[in-house]
Amino acid sequence: MSTLVKLTNINKIYVSGEVSLKALAGINLVVKKGEYIAIIGASGSGKSTLMNIIGLLDHPTSGIYELDGQNTAHLQEERLAEIRNQKIGFVFQSFNLLPRTSALDNVSIPLIYAGVSKPERLQRAKQALDEVGLADKLQSHPNQLSGGQQQRVAIARALVNNPELILADEPTGNLDTKSGEEIIKIFQKLNWEGKTIIMITHEANIAKHAKRIIRLKDGRIESSR
Amino acid sequence: MDFLETTQSALTAILANRMRSFLTILGIVIGVTSVILLISLVSGLQTFITSQIQGLGSNLLIVIPGRIGGARSPGGVQANRLVYQDAINLRNKLDGEADVSAAIQRNATLKYGSKTDKGAAVFGVEANYPEVISIKITEGRFFRQSEADSSKKVAVIGPTVKSNLFASGKALNQTIDVAGLKYIVIGVLGPRGAVFGIDFDNSIYVPFASAERQFGIENLNTIYISAKTAEDVKDVQKRAQGILGKRLSEDEFTVQTQEQTLSTISQITGVLTAALGGIAAISLIVGGIGIMNIMLVSVTERTREIGLRKAVGAKPSDIRNQFLIEAVTLSGIGGIIGIILGIGLSFIIGRFFTTTVPIWSVALAFSFSMLVGIIFGVAPAIRAAKLDPIEALRHE
Repeated sequence: MSTLVKLTNINKIYVSGEVSLKALAGINLVVKKGEYIAIIGASGSGKSTLMNIIGLLDHPTSGIYELDGQNTAHLQEERLAEIRNQKIGFVFQSFNLLPRTSALDNVSIPLIYAGVSKPERLQRAKQALDEVGLADKLQSHPNQLSGGQQQRVAIARALVNNPELILADEPTGNLDTKSGEEIIKIFQKLNWEGKTIIMITHEANIAKHAKRIIRLKDGRIESSR
Repeated sequence: MDFLETTQSALTAILANRMRSFLTILGIVIGVTSVILLISLVSGLQTFITSQIQGLGSNLLIVIPGRIGGARSPGGVQANRLVYQDAINLRNKLDGEADVSAAIQRNATLKYGSKTDKGAAVFGVEANYPEVISIKITEGRFFRQSEADSSKKVAVIGPTVKSNLFASGKALNQTIDVAGLKYIVIGVLGPRGAVFGIDFDNSIYVPFASAERQFGIENLNTIYISAKTAEDVKDVQKRAQGILGKRLSEDEFTVQTQEQTLSTISQITGVLTAALGGIAAISLIVGGIGIMNIMLVSVTERTREIGLRKAVGAKPSDIRNQFLIEAVTLSGIGGIIGIILGIGLSFIIGRFFTTTVPIWSVALAFSFSMLVGIIFGVAPAIRAAKLDPIEALRHE
């Protein structure tokens, strides 16, 4: 299996006035294509910072991050947006769907920025919603959907441009147990189909579905198995 | 993301907040409406005056007291020293080259039975007036030289005077009271129109000597000179200046050709257009500030949306364009509504005054409103484009 994510001695320091906070301290991590990883750790352990760096939403203070063999340092904002669009799908704890916008249109958003024509966008969005079991909710707005359904729309949005990597930040955090399990099943299915998944969670029974669990503590990888 | 689609989604965003959007564009609507309306009034005024002047004929020269185009203001300030003898001098010396006709004017109250017409303009003119100025007589006739010489109390009345005093009844051969003296109506003029509430048809024409005696007038308001041919106009102007210059100083009279009158008027209306248009343009700028305000609010409200869009691949330029196009769409809608209102109002007012809506004023008002959208939309759009996606996604 080839390497998708390679982090070498990644540090992230937040400076605020006189005080500086080391959020990540010398992270080394290799993620191969097709892996399913859960990142766990207490709040403040650096999980979200690590996720933002892998998702190209944030820059490390030092260290090298290679995504799919490409060093991401010194890339322009515009180019980073392109890479996020093509290679990464985000799933957030709070879904982040646009209100007053149908499921179909919500799922289409990444394709707009990929420059896909409108008919193809709608067709691919429909297909993605079908994959998460929402073929009958195409025109529903977020406020007409349950939390679990909203998160499935968000997963369809993450999938629609066929990215290599799915980054999920506490995807079940706002859901009841049953809906959470449904979401986890979808992630497992996606992983069987070959998607690489990195998921942040603090729930042990969610993390146990992953093939590898990485525990963060104080910005360092405490254990990996 | 192509322009048309961005505009579509901008429209969706605007329609999602109908009331707020409406209030936001109100400033632009009022600005564009007033630009178009004011320009249509001024250019209507210009069209009217120009057609009046051209209707008099291009061979015409007008002598008025005071100086136009000099350092001092015309008329008013200095005493009027133009007298009937000046008209006689001109007539004698320009014989064969031009016709000369003198005129005086006063305002007076006219009465017929129980009806009155206040503030009508009484013109004392010579019998050759119709040969010098092209006027249209719809009923009866103008007075003859013999009637003028014997200062007969006869009058030719304008259509407004006729309708004020006689309603739809017969006017010819009726006796009317002009500031206390009786005059017999011998003719009625065709309509000339009104502009800005000044009614050119509320006037009567009586023999020069009759008016001179009745009102005790010593000075002339106008001497009309009609050159035989259009080519002679410049020549006649120089000669007239020479003749009048013997008795009067340079700034006591002006001999003006129609061409000069027109250019004076277009200068005046040009200044009016700029002044009124400028005032209206200020309300466009105020409208632009309103748009900027609401776009800044919108950026704050939609911070999470911006963060999400950036996370899934929107470039800063995509976000910037989205908000810029939204601002321009807002101001553009305001511009279109303003154009419709402006043209509509100008059409309604056109039933009372002459109004014309020049295409350039519509183009100017619309492009100015779009420009305002761009200028005041840029700052909020750049703010949106610069948002940090992590911060934006965390925004409550």
